[in-house]
Amino acid sequence: MSGIPHDHYEPKTNGEKWLNSRLPIVGLLYDTLMIPTPKNLNWWWIWGIVLAFCLALQIVTGIVLVMHYTPHVDLAFASIEHIMRNVNGGYMLRYLHMNGASLFFVAVYIHIFRGLFYGSYKAPREITWIIGMLIYLCMMGTAFMGYVLPWGQMSFWGATVITGLFGAIPFIGDAIQTWLLGGPAVDNATLNRFFSLHYLLPFVIAALVIVHIWAFHTTGNNNPTGVEVRRGSKAEAEKDTLPFWPYFVIKDLFALAVILVVFWAVVGFMPNYLGHPDNYIEANPLVTPAHIVPEWYFLPFYAILRAFTGEVWVVQFASFITGGIVDAKFFGVLAMFGAILAMALAPWLDTSTVRSGKYRPMFKWWFYLLVIDFFALMWLGAMPAEEPYATFSLIASAYWFAYFFVILPILGVIEKPEAQPETIEEDFNAHYGKADADATPAE
Amino acid sequence: MFKKLAIGAAFALALAPASTFAAGGGEQHIEDFDFSFEGPFGTYDQNQLQRGLQIYTEVCAACHGLKYVPLRTLSDPDGVGMPEDQVRAYAAGNFEVFDPELDDFRPAIPTDHFPANTAAGAPDLSLMAKARAGFHGPYGLGINQLVKGMGGAEYIASLLHGYTGHEKEEAGAVLYENTAFPGGWISMAPPLFDEQVEFADGHENTVEAMAQDVAAFLMWTAEPKMMGRKNAGFVGVIFLSVLSVLLYLVNKRLWAPHKGKIRKD
Amino acid sequence: MSHAEDHEGTRRDFLYYVAGGAGVVATGAAVWPLINQMNPSADVQALSSIRVDVSGVEPGTQLTVKWLGKPVFIRHRTGAEIQEAQEQDAEGVDALPDPLARNFNLSADAPATDANRVMPSPEGEAAGAWIVQMGVCTHLGCVPLGDAGDFGGWFCPCHGSHYDLAGRIRKGPAPENLPVPPAEWTDASTIKLG
Repeated sequence: MSGIPHDHYEPKTNGEKWLNSRLPIVGLLYDTLMIPTPKNLNWWWIWGIVLAFCLALQIVTGIVLVMHYTPHVDLAFASIEHIMRNVNGGYMLRYLHMNGASLFFVAVYIHIFRGLFYGSYKAPREITWIIGMLIYLCMMGTAFMGYVLPWGQMSFWGATVITGLFGAIPFIGDAIQTWLLGGPAVDNATLNRFFSLHYLLPFVIAALVIVHIWAFHTTGNNNPTGVEVRRGSKAEAEKDTLPFWPYFVIKDLFALAVILVVFWAVVGFMPNYLGHPDNYIEANPLVTPAHIVPEWYFLPFYAILRAFTGEVWVVQFASFITGGIVDAKFFGVLAMFGAILAMALAPWLDTSTVRSGKYRPMFKWWFYLLVIDFFALMWLGAMPAEEPYATFSLIASAYWFAYFFVILPILGVIEKPEAQPETIEEDFNAHYGKADADATPAE
Repeated sequence: MFKKLAIGAAFALALAPASTFAAGGGEQHIEDFDFSFEGPFGTYDQNQLQRGLQIYTEVCAACHGLKYVPLRTLSDPDGVGMPEDQVRAYAAGNFEVFDPELDDFRPAIPTDHFPANTAAGAPDLSLMAKARAGFHGPYGLGINQLVKGMGGAEYIASLLHGYTGHEKEEAGAVLYENTAFPGGWISMAPPLFDEQVEFADGHENTVEAMAQDVAAFLMWTAEPKMMGRKNAGFVGVIFLSVLSVLLYLVNKRLWAPHKGKIRKD
Repeated sequence: MSHAEDHEGTRRDFLYYVAGGAGVVATGAAVWPLINQMNPSADVQALSSIRVDVSGVEPGTQLTVKWLGKPVFIRHRTGAEIQEAQEQDAEGVDALPDPLARNFNLSADAPATDANRVMPSPEGEAAGAWIVQMGVCTHLGCVPLGDAGDFGGWFCPCHGSHYDLAGRIRKGPAPENLPVPPAEWTDASTIKLG
């Protein structure tokens, strides 16, 4: 591996040499696990492990749930009840899977915002960032299709509304929507293909995660200072880093355990808090729930989708210059996907030479405002589409785009960054003081 | 034709979620009853569930089914807790089910489910206590649900004794005013009357008492494994807390040689 | 190395062992439900014991019910059949291909006499009036036909195994008598299987 110089695996015994010359898998695992990691990583850097845990949790509980689930419109709802009532421990498995999705998204949002604050998306980590965005998109697809499987009212109507977004695409929208659904409306064909894809996508995510890790192991981790690890020699690098195992594994596992205490309390004591009561009513294509709300993790983007109505001048302008091809509905869809695209483009929109937000006095405040904006959008997505929420949604959506397309490019030019530490070691010692004498490793 | 429409409308109304945004109209009034199963340590009150079962059998079952609930689960110790021979007698004495092997109806046995009942277009009650929420907000923030719980059972109990006595006729159907129902008018006639059901132990049988008993029973039909779940939650939280402390200590010791003894900031 | 440091080292190791042990326990606790969920679910377990109403089974007829996914023959024998079965019995169990009763309700080495094969009769009925056995040929699992074969009992059409009136193998390739499942009377007209 290029990147930070460190010790590599050396096969010692004949058996090790035999294996290594045929399949250097031990070396691969060793290098991955012993990767030099900036020793000043703070607690915002633990969410990667939480995400890995979530993926494993969802795949494992998902595989066992499938053993009892039936993807058929007549049987799906009843098979969930079978899991909840008859299968040994089925109610825990199902509630873990259900709330596991929420933990997954909590973790991914914090992980993304950490990247946005500390400039983890900036060169040379653009590929890591883009792969991350792809993972996030796959997660949204997986979660959306998974929510359809219990075949409750919200499953059915959520699927109807979201696939309707594709119908907004000019000219070919209807054909695409019909192709997605396998018919004129959400029905058995839809349920079956969503089931198939819901089972497939997590493995796509797992593959992307491997690429994600590969990419940042090549560039090295970012860290709170944004200053790169010194790579002149191994000795120099060792002043800035510690091996991932055991230092960061144990640290991350501790954080994971604390998070799991909260997660387990939610699963054990209030498993339906984040769900919607309507999903305990079997799907009925003839009756729409009074208030269709997506799961909480989709709400910010759902708010952006709804914000751009026909009365907004941007929408009217877009409609005018495209000769009516981009109508309000299509504009909303474009805005929603554009909001995610804006994040993906951050590496090229941010013009600042300084990586970490810690040393950017103006950026900080705009970033905090973006976090508040995100929560505001989440809240607005759950509110009915009426005043004053519609106006708030529009303002909040506008800020989201302004942050990426206006503020990030301009700040890099006008902002005067503060002094950064020369090295990671300097930053670490400034926090924790210098270790006495020559530190003896714990092992 | 009109009747069909009316039934459809009534059905739609009955299905409408207890959302503050639903169908405008009267303010919903959901009373925050003090159920025994609330909170992390709450458990079902077995006597209450048995009274609720009796009310369901004598009153609700005329129109409402419980099609997801197997009769045998009545003997679960974490629920109604009825002895197995009584369950057998209860099943045979109260319900007939269609047996495709016999091609005929036969008395129910414990392995059957409570029958579905769609006679009056009444919704199935198996999951009703999870399919409704009594509490919302404020301002969509979910704080009330966090503090008071989702309130499905509260909604049912409030609805059952929320009749004001007023009724009106609309599109050929009689609607009854109810302070808990979204929109204020419900197609279900007041089902409970004082002293309607006689309990063997002489327990109080006012409408309010019975409404709570049957709501508790429906909470159990919706969430029969609640006590097992809370137990698992409790054990898990304690164990994970211990694990956290251990990992904290390991982490601290592991890093100690690399950090100075005094933190500067 | 000073004494104090040595002590420190032991304490550190102990902490690591405790934490590692807790991790192992956590993993085990997480794995067990994943295995256990594949065991028969509550609805399947509930079907492991069924009650059969036999009040409508006249002497000389047989009721076939499904239990644990397999057929069970419940035969109400006539007086003549009981007598014939006892005559078949007179030859002695050692003459049989399978001398064991194969009755779940008795010990494994009980001899294959007619009395060891039949249900205890309810009050008011002749001994040996009821016989309950699995309707699965012990050769390759076909379902034998009733009232058929050279011995007046059951006959398996697949490979020609003949069972007598007590369900004992007499002729043909089947190695064992038809097994008698766990069965008991819960009242005068109800048999509980399992």
